Amino acid sequence: MIALLLRDMRLAVRAGGGFGLGLAFFLLVAVLVPLGVGPESATLAKIAPGILWVGALLACLLSLDRIFALDFEDGSLDLLATAPIPLEGAVAVKALAHWAVTGLPLTLAAPVLGILLNLPQAGYGWLVISLALGTPALSVIGAFGAALTVGLKRGGLLLSLLVLPLYVPTLIFGAEVVKRGAEGMATATPLALLAGITAGAAAMLPFAAAAAIRINLR
Amino acid sequence: MSFWEYANPQKFMQLSRRVLPFVAVAAGLCLVIGLVWGFFFTPDDYKQGSTVKIFYLHVPAAMMAINAWVMMLVTSLVWLIRRHHVSALAAKAAAPVGLIFTVIALITGALWGQPMWGTWWEWDPRLTSFLILALFYLGYIALWQAIDDPDTAADLTSVLCIVGSVFALLSRYAVNFWNQGLHQGASLSLDKEENVADVFWYPALLCIAGFVLLFVTLVLLRTRTEIRARRLGALLARERRG
Repeated sequence: MIALLLRDMRLAVRAGGGFGLGLAFFLLVAVLVPLGVGPESATLAKIAPGILWVGALLACLLSLDRIFALDFEDGSLDLLATAPIPLEGAVAVKALAHWAVTGLPLTLAAPVLGILLNLPQAGYGWLVISLALGTPALSVIGAFGAALTVGLKRGGLLLSLLVLPLYVPTLIFGAEVVKRGAEGMATATPLALLAGITAGAAAMLPFAAAAAIRINLR
Repeated sequence: MSFWEYANPQKFMQLSRRVLPFVAVAAGLCLVIGLVWGFFFTPDDYKQGSTVKIFYLHVPAAMMAINAWVMMLVTSLVWLIRRHHVSALAAKAAAPVGLIFTVIALITGALWGQPMWGTWWEWDPRLTSFLILALFYLGYIALWQAIDDPDTAADLTSVLCIVGSVFALLSRYAVNFWNQGLHQGASLSLDKEENVADVFWYPALLCIAGFVLLFVTLVLLRTRTEIRARRLGALLARERRG
């Protein structure tokens, strides 16, 4: 399983496209929003938590279809499905690899973009914490969506239609943590709920995703 | 004689053919009587005037929008566990009906909200969760449309329906947390002290019954269509093979 994790991460980094693209997209969102809403720092400070979270979410969405699509095309997904390790475990590992090459860099890059958006001082720590806790959920939910659409020729658009509604709770609690943190309020409740969603999604969705892959490979 | 006998498409078609006219007529009667009674023979509200009467469409549509998803969840589970094709087709048939009921609830709510709240749209928890429910319906229908093989489509949409139900429920309570709302609380509950007055309650009850029956009618009709389409496909395939 560790070999699978390393293989997926190496592929994502070397095969080009997927790895840097998400980060570049995140940067672009953070640049475009001030251009769109105007440079008043008070307005930007108010919407910064939401924009950063929505940007991270969309950047995550960009690379979702690559989780299984390439393996499906060259047949290695069939091998994974018949391999001695459980498919649920393989799905979880692939989601983890996706997180390591998208969610983790996004989390680390977010504070820099927070400066661009004039995020209040108190918010930076909470931004990193909430993204670190929340982006794994995005990857796991995304892996489920990718598993559903893996057999389709043009699944990309459908994938976003399926996955975005599933992202709603994560987004709400994640952005709420940053918003409350930036305003200096208590963040324990949304933080606990966000962690709960991540833990629940990581525990249960690999089973649903593996079931979907088995159906698609039938 | 058991309930599962009707999982046989032949039996289902026979029964639904006999039941359908009665359900359809009952739905029509309930809706006509309930709406006419509600619209023309109930007093206006002292504050809201006659706008309150949209409630005879809004409340039943909203109730059925949620119940349609629950029905899809049950039929999806039946398909996954017992592999009855009628069940999967009923879930497929119910989705567009549920979507339309969701849209009706949103539109009637907006029409009422404009004069009463002074806005067409407000990011209120109930409104927001209904919008999200509409997105869930859209995704579910789109997944059915996208997959060619009917059994694969039924399996995948069933899995999506189950996972979607969990997340729809999560979203419902997450938005509660995110914004406090304008929308009033439940006033038709069976277990509350204070409910809507009886003059409004009886026509509303009739409208709710009408919407339930309308839903049953439409789902039966659409399921029959799906079964016929499936048979037609099988016939065509046989023809082509020669």
